[in-house]
Amino acid sequence: MPNAYDEMLDGKGKTRPHYRAFGKWLEQAPPARIAQRRTEAELAFHRVGITFAVYGEDAGTERLIPFDIVPRIIPASEWQVLERGLKQRVQALNFFLHDIYHEQRILKAGILPPELVLQNSQFRPEMVGTDVPGNIYAHIAGIDIVRAGAGEYYVLEDNLRVPSGVSYMLENRKMMMRLFPELFASQQIAPVEHFPDVLLDNLRSVAPEGVDNPTVAVLTPGAHNSAYFEHAFLAQQMGVELVEGQDLCAQDNMIFMRTTRGLQRVHVIYRRLDDDYLDPNVFRKDSLLGLPGLYAAYKAGKVTLANAIGTGVADDKSTYVHVPEMIRFYLDEAPILNNVPTYQLRKPDDCRYVLEHLAELVVKEVHGAGGYGMLVGPAASKKQLADFRRRILAEPQKYIAQPTLALSTCPTFVDAGIAPRHVDFRPYVLSGRGIHVVPGGLTRVALSEGSLVVNSSQGGGTKDTWIVEV
Amino acid sequence: MLCRTANELYWMSRHIERAENTARLIDLTQRIALLPERFERGAAGVTVWGKALEAFGIEKEYARLYGAVNAQKVLRFMIFDALNPSSIYSCLQSARESARSQRGAITAEMYEDLNSSWLSIRALSWEQLVSDGLQVFLDRVKQRSASFRGITIGTMGRDEAYHFLSLGTFIERADCTVRLLDIKYSVPGAGDKHEARNAVDYYQWSSMLHAISAFETYRRIYKDTVRPKRVAELLILREDMPRSLVVCTVAIHNILSSLLHGERAEVVRQAGALAAEMRYGRIDAILEQGMQAYLDGYIERLYLLADEVNREFMTSTDRIAA
Repeated sequence: MPNAYDEMLDGKGKTRPHYRAFGKWLEQAPPARIAQRRTEAELAFHRVGITFAVYGEDAGTERLIPFDIVPRIIPASEWQVLERGLKQRVQALNFFLHDIYHEQRILKAGILPPELVLQNSQFRPEMVGTDVPGNIYAHIAGIDIVRAGAGEYYVLEDNLRVPSGVSYMLENRKMMMRLFPELFASQQIAPVEHFPDVLLDNLRSVAPEGVDNPTVAVLTPGAHNSAYFEHAFLAQQMGVELVEGQDLCAQDNMIFMRTTRGLQRVHVIYRRLDDDYLDPNVFRKDSLLGLPGLYAAYKAGKVTLANAIGTGVADDKSTYVHVPEMIRFYLDEAPILNNVPTYQLRKPDDCRYVLEHLAELVVKEVHGAGGYGMLVGPAASKKQLADFRRRILAEPQKYIAQPTLALSTCPTFVDAGIAPRHVDFRPYVLSGRGIHVVPGGLTRVALSEGSLVVNSSQGGGTKDTWIVEV
Repeated sequence: MLCRTANELYWMSRHIERAENTARLIDLTQRIALLPERFERGAAGVTVWGKALEAFGIEKEYARLYGAVNAQKVLRFMIFDALNPSSIYSCLQSARESARSQRGAITAEMYEDLNSSWLSIRALSWEQLVSDGLQVFLDRVKQRSASFRGITIGTMGRDEAYHFLSLGTFIERADCTVRLLDIKYSVPGAGDKHEARNAVDYYQWSSMLHAISAFETYRRIYKDTVRPKRVAELLILREDMPRSLVVCTVAIHNILSSLLHGERAEVVRQAGALAAEMRYGRIDAILEQGMQAYLDGYIERLYLLADEVNREFMTSTDRIAA
């Protein structure tokens, strides 16, 4: 693999301009002080209880996501391009969702093969013809961005269902301001702390029509969910109730919370629960997490769900391939952000090519998430390669493949000192009455040497992300 | 506020208060057990640990798991045993779980403080605890509880959540004061005597005052030697004693009134009636009735009140609020 682009150092090993202030601190700080800051960060995260629950091994235990004190810094000039590209992309995705649940113009125009959409398990026929406030479906989107080659940005994945991680963006920033007040004083680092306010405004702006003072609630699957910390955190930061299905009831197509003073109407539900579990009357019958009657109230326009039901069809890895075409089709603009070149294994030519070059490629399940069910060719054993080949041959339409990108690296503290580790980046795009992107996001880092898997469930860590005026 | 949130907060503070009170009760039992009892040294030690189990209503569970009463085993059961839902360990675990699930309803500092308490007891081994000394541990539990109470008072908005936390604290505290009195009154030979029988009895009564840090208050109020009747009056009827039954009951009534904004409800009526009786109660009348009978009557009404709290606030009738 070619040398990866380093976020901090240029080809000659010189610190890039936007990293100068931090580089200087790092150079001058005695090792003891650095060690002390790292210990302080770890202790504080433990005490604050920013943990996530682990599925599988040691079920029910909690783990800290490792936090690295070297920030990922993006110069403001690059951010401006990213921001425009993100807004453009999410706007097109919302147009796409509205279209496929209404006129289906894009299918009629032959831009996307209809079966790709209509036979997708994430397509919700129940949503056809249902209007949602402002025609917004993906109110909260997390767009995964990587940098490769000589530093070009690519969109790796769109997350339009229940993207998580924004609490880490906020907590990481709080931690960095506590550890490095002098760095925040000496340069212009764009603030992200107002995210909960923007989120609340955004949710209130999509309330059912005619509601003046809408009540918002966050719906969680419960304290055992891996992202429960985030659910509770966001509810608290917005000052709204954190509810479980058991706290809600439906009457006359309206949704109410069970409070100490009786029932109270809820108008907007920021749900952190997959479509399948929302309402046992319509979706999974065995779900105890949602609320019977929620779908009927939604359909009747008496409650808004954010995100809308049925967004999964747009963030599917087989739909991903077509997002640049959506941008051209709906907005009549050239895409600002590029996709990673992607092979669709449902196409025989692509499939043949991928099977021949399996050891060089990354193969992903079309519906997979969280880094599960993924093959990183160059890092895979013979047995894993053979195993994946069998799975691909059995159901090629379930997979896509991409070249193994040399993801950019960022200096990171490891046992042996500071070393480059691969990173990605997830900014959050909020759509309501307008589209907002808070300047920053979550940078994830693969902590083992050479690893490209940044997911927290697979041992990845996080960093604060600074957008800095240079 | 959600019914479920109210319930979790109420139980969170009950568990924190219970952890502290268990520490105080162990302190008391330890002091009584260490006093030489004239003719039955040793036997008294065992008896008093048995009484401590009974005071918490956990004697059957203990017997089932560990058989005969043994001071070390009882200590471990009451402090460290995850199988005992009232152990200090279990109380902190439950409180921390509630806090985790309701962290949105409390302040970040409250959560951090409680989480630290939990992480430190979880990191402790029984051997370590014994080698550091029991008293060191009990003091730490009391300190952690005081720290949480201080942070709650200092950081939390005076909203519904605060009221439910306070409600849990006072109901649990009243419950515990009854249990403490119970231990002393049911130790053999003590009975409803109005005067300390002898030096040992005197030390037992003063131990009780020490266990709840009331010795100084007693001296200041009564300017007298420790007399059982006055200790009972202090712990039941004195409004200037922070852990007395009357203080807890009046606080419960006030909290319920605030929660219901003056609305007339059965739960306020019950609390108000009990508070009024306590405020105008006389210790002579109580002793005439018999201490044991009085305490049984009080605890029964406290439990009825707790049931009513549950019905009023934590159980949804699914009627639409005005």
